[in-house]
Amino acid sequence: MTDFKRVTLFAGHYGSGKTNLAVNWALRLRKEQKRVVIADLDIVNPYFRTKDSAELLEENGIEVVSPEFANSNVDLPALPAELYGVVQNRHRYAVMDIGGDDRGAYALGRYAPYILEENDFEMIFVANFMRPLTQTPEEALEVMREIESAGGIPFTSIANNTNLGALTEPETVSGGLEKSKELSKLCGLPILFTSARRDIVSKLDISPLFPIDIQRKYYEIL
Amino acid sequence: MSKVLMKGNEAIAEAAIRAGCRHYFGYPITPQTEIAAYMAKRMPKIGGTFLQAESEISAINMVYGVSSAGLRVMTSSSSPGVSLKQEGISYLAGSDLPALIVNVQRGGPGLGGIQPSQSDYFQATKGGGHGDYHLIVLAPASVQEMADLTVKAFELADKYRMPAMLLADGTMGQMMEPVELPDENSGKTFEKPWAVRGTECKREHNIINSLYLVPEQLEVKNLERYERYKKVEQNETLVEEYLTEDADICVVAFGIAARVSKNAINAAREKGIKAGLIRPITLWPFPSESVARAADRVKGFISVELSMGQMIDDIRLAENCRKPVVLCNRVGGMIPSPEQVLKAIEDMEGVER
Repeated sequence: MTDFKRVTLFAGHYGSGKTNLAVNWALRLRKEQKRVVIADLDIVNPYFRTKDSAELLEENGIEVVSPEFANSNVDLPALPAELYGVVQNRHRYAVMDIGGDDRGAYALGRYAPYILEENDFEMIFVANFMRPLTQTPEEALEVMREIESAGGIPFTSIANNTNLGALTEPETVSGGLEKSKELSKLCGLPILFTSARRDIVSKLDISPLFPIDIQRKYYEIL
Repeated sequence: MSKVLMKGNEAIAEAAIRAGCRHYFGYPITPQTEIAAYMAKRMPKIGGTFLQAESEISAINMVYGVSSAGLRVMTSSSSPGVSLKQEGISYLAGSDLPALIVNVQRGGPGLGGIQPSQSDYFQATKGGGHGDYHLIVLAPASVQEMADLTVKAFELADKYRMPAMLLADGTMGQMMEPVELPDENSGKTFEKPWAVRGTECKREHNIINSLYLVPEQLEVKNLERYERYKKVEQNETLVEEYLTEDADICVVAFGIAARVSKNAINAAREKGIKAGLIRPITLWPFPSESVARAADRVKGFISVELSMGQMIDDIRLAENCRKPVVLCNRVGGMIPSPEQVLKAIEDMEGVER
């Protein structure tokens, strides 16, 4: 996991954890002294998104490009012109957070030709097998194909991000890895890594592992 | 059963399916669109009907039709869309038809905004449409409750032959939490001898109607309906009380505001202030008895709301203006912080700063 591609894209079923992974990935790239830009292409999800972590990202010297009206009170799915810079300026590493499902991936379509032409990308399918509509490898494969045809970029790898929010156990993650392996067989793509919260990572005997910090916390039921 | 990770909106949709609802009519609006999206995916696979109507008004009248045939049916929307549905809701109430209406509230009035709000409290609990009627109004405070109260709403609606509303807010709809889904075919079902689905020449026609040409008959209908409402008030009030037994200060809050308040109450307890929470789970019927009981003991009440002081009126009525009731709120799509609620508690306690 040290051979970074110029562009890393996170796509998958909505609610699979793409935004969290993208933010953590950008921070990690930055630690390697790379020049990093993170782009939020999510025009589907109205509430929880990359922009929530903008302060943290910018403090760490990461450029943030997000839809103009993200986190505002209007529902305008407009993408900023700066997004072309993300795919055309090859002097910095780019992390792209794609909206959920095929509906979210449509926004990727217009940038796909640039990414394919440069051909230095990792298109990661974020898998969470605890989500009700992607509980089996077959269901995940269906979503995968829908996203590819909507976004115009083929997946190159799988990230096992199986989790149950605050109730995630090490077994949750390892169970997800088994299903990820089956998905890997079905689609022929490698599993790039398994990601989990830091406190869970220490209890896992899986490799490679990508420890992540959860970006958005809610008021817990007490 | 094992848990899955779900958005609040998805939990409503899946729970409705498991409660036997096979008919969904709606029109997209943020922040509840995932309900429709989920139904669009699932309903065709299980022989149900998902229909995106041409408007909210159209959707609620389709609900009227399916309910008349005695089947479980729902619609969902967010604040501006629920305003559009009011005429149809009044007709449902006037025809004694059960149905589930989900309102995942956003900021208002008017087009307002897409961020969370609780400012449709009056509309939901005091009628909303024209005429004398009530809805059973349930207010979930977790993704788990989004699922559980959906099943409950269908049950209560069928039991009392009246529409029920799930009054959530944008945060509840959008947030993700682990949830244990209800079993398939869960929830009680009820015989519906009044439904119109063919007489087979074996009985008199059933008539579903809200028009009465003779005022005496319409009066009887109204009185009969309010007898039923009385039973709902007696039997179906739901409330959670948190640390109220020895509380000097009583916070009243529902939905996301209740979650924020619990954090503040715990922080207050750590500082030696005895605060507690009354969380109405049914907003109509309002848990007036819990509030009245607390009024015997507490210094005062704090109504924590994402609105300009709506539930506060029901608190005052319930405690009969015996103790002061203050408002602690944010509006326009904002959520009060635990610090803000803690400050309100400290102010009532008379803590010097």
